[in-house]
Amino acid sequence: MTGEVVGFWCLSAVLVSSALAVVLTKNLFHAVLWLALALTGTAGVFLLLDAEFLAAVQLLLYAGGIVTVVVFAIVVTEKLIGERLSQTSRHIAGGAVASVALVWLIVSAIMQRPLAATRMPMAGDLTQEIGETVLTRFVLPFELLAVLMLAGLMSAIYFARPED
Amino acid sequence: MGLQAYLILAAVVFSIGLFGVVTRRNTIGILLGIELMLNSVNINLVAFSRFSGDVTGMIFTVFTICITVVEAALGLSIVILLFRVRRTVTADHMDLLKG
Repeated sequence: MTGEVVGFWCLSAVLVSSALAVVLTKNLFHAVLWLALALTGTAGVFLLLDAEFLAAVQLLLYAGGIVTVVVFAIVVTEKLIGERLSQTSRHIAGGAVASVALVWLIVSAIMQRPLAATRMPMAGDLTQEIGETVLTRFVLPFELLAVLMLAGLMSAIYFARPED
Repeated sequence: MGLQAYLILAAVVFSIGLFGVVTRRNTIGILLGIELMLNSVNINLVAFSRFSGDVTGMIFTVFTICITVVEAALGLSIVILLFRVRRTVTADHMDLLKG
């Protein structure tokens, strides 16, 4: 139990500080690298919650896929514009007020509710159960997701076609 | 750690992402903020799923992760396309529809 507490606080520190670095760093390329760290920290949180399969998916798709795609986009736009994309921010005071107000709102709502402090026991292997439930009860959303990914892929290719 | 701790962590990360979306000028920076927000929602889903002993939340996390990947690919290709047309990635300059 105490190992989980220590892990939770370490991962929280990593996650929050890297998320802050994502939104505050001037250099956009560094922001993407901090985002990779934040996504890896989230995978660690999934591990704390006994979801090993989701942690693996998170690392492969998010930290592997999205970060690579974003780095490609930055490289392409930087090369086309011929100068480094420095990052200026605006409405900092308004954004900070909105964020703090949102945190206060959510935390006060969470504190008013009696929430579970202990975990319910899960039956058997979680990864196996996820696989079985996806292919039985959630098979229709699963197939729709495949159609959505195909449509997204094709439209991304259409958008990125060479100029003629 | 109880469920509250995970929910509060997700709320903090979500708000940081919101701050990024509001304050960034660069369109790619705004997309990074959106990624953070979607990511914190996944923490909520997995935490609720684990503490209620039901696997449904984790399956929805798989779905949201896939949808987020599609969103990132499409958003970035739109950014690159807009960049080709307008020669800018700054959100303030994308005002073609402004009356």
